[in-house]
Amino acid sequence: MYSALWRVLPGPWWLRVLILIILAAAVLYALVTWVFPFADSFIDSPDVTVGSS
Amino acid sequence: MLGVLGEILITVGVVVLLFIVWQQWFNDIVVAGDSRGQAAKLSQQLHDEAPPRATPDKSGDYGTPAVTPAASDGKRFGVLYVPRFGADYQVPIAGGTSTTQTLNTGDAGHYDSTQMPGAIGNFAIAGHRTTHGAPFANIATLRVGDHFYVQTKEGYYTYTFRNLQYVKPTQVQVLQEVPDAPVVSTASKDRLITLTSCNPKYSAAERIIAYGVFSSWQPLSAGPPSEITSIVAKG
Repeated sequence: MYSALWRVLPGPWWLRVLILIILAAAVLYALVTWVFPFADSFIDSPDVTVGSS
Repeated sequence: MLGVLGEILITVGVVVLLFIVWQQWFNDIVVAGDSRGQAAKLSQQLHDEAPPRATPDKSGDYGTPAVTPAASDGKRFGVLYVPRFGADYQVPIAGGTSTTQTLNTGDAGHYDSTQMPGAIGNFAIAGHRTTHGAPFANIATLRVGDHFYVQTKEGYYTYTFRNLQYVKPTQVQVLQEVPDAPVVSTASKDRLITLTSCNPKYSAAERIIAYGVFSSWQPLSAGPPSEITSIVAKG
């Protein structure tokens, strides 16, 4: 998967590394902005209230 | 083919680890920062809208504390200051203890079955001890004599920390006007504040309860109490 990605990318090695860093940053941004908050909404944090529930 | 599967599994593993870092640490800091900002804004707004008030009597007493009406679910109505929780500690207090509307935004949530600040009885609030801003992260570090300050549109209410208690999650008696009184309707003469959070940290096995007793009250026009002047002024 990653070796295929490396082959598809154009340019010399440093340009490919640069593109990969930018891609990784974009993926991280998407995870933090949309995916993680969405996943978090399914996880119950420890209940802090007293009650019968 | 197996190599691709392995790469996918490693990627998923890394994403899950990133999620844990995000949830336990990164998001906690982001929500806490946002919550402090909201508290400062609300505090300023309350001061801007405060009417000029009567001056105190000769002993510096403002008489019976004014009490605000209960707030609707998720609506922010006040700010909590606890110097023991940090030099710039301030969190909004919102109506109700809904997890999604109130607690997960880093606010303290008011049990709407309990009294409002300054009223005779029990002003009970809940907050996260870990994650989501963790407003009550340091609840177990409170010492006798520490102060809780609650700001509403009426004024500042000062409570003095009395004791901690560890209870089962079902022990709703801590919210009574007289906490743990055998008879629910026992009438109180005191004004209390009650903080509830989870115990131990990261667990829902028990609850930690912190009680404070009312000490004094002053309208907003009198300015914030001296111990929190620097926090309020920073805005």
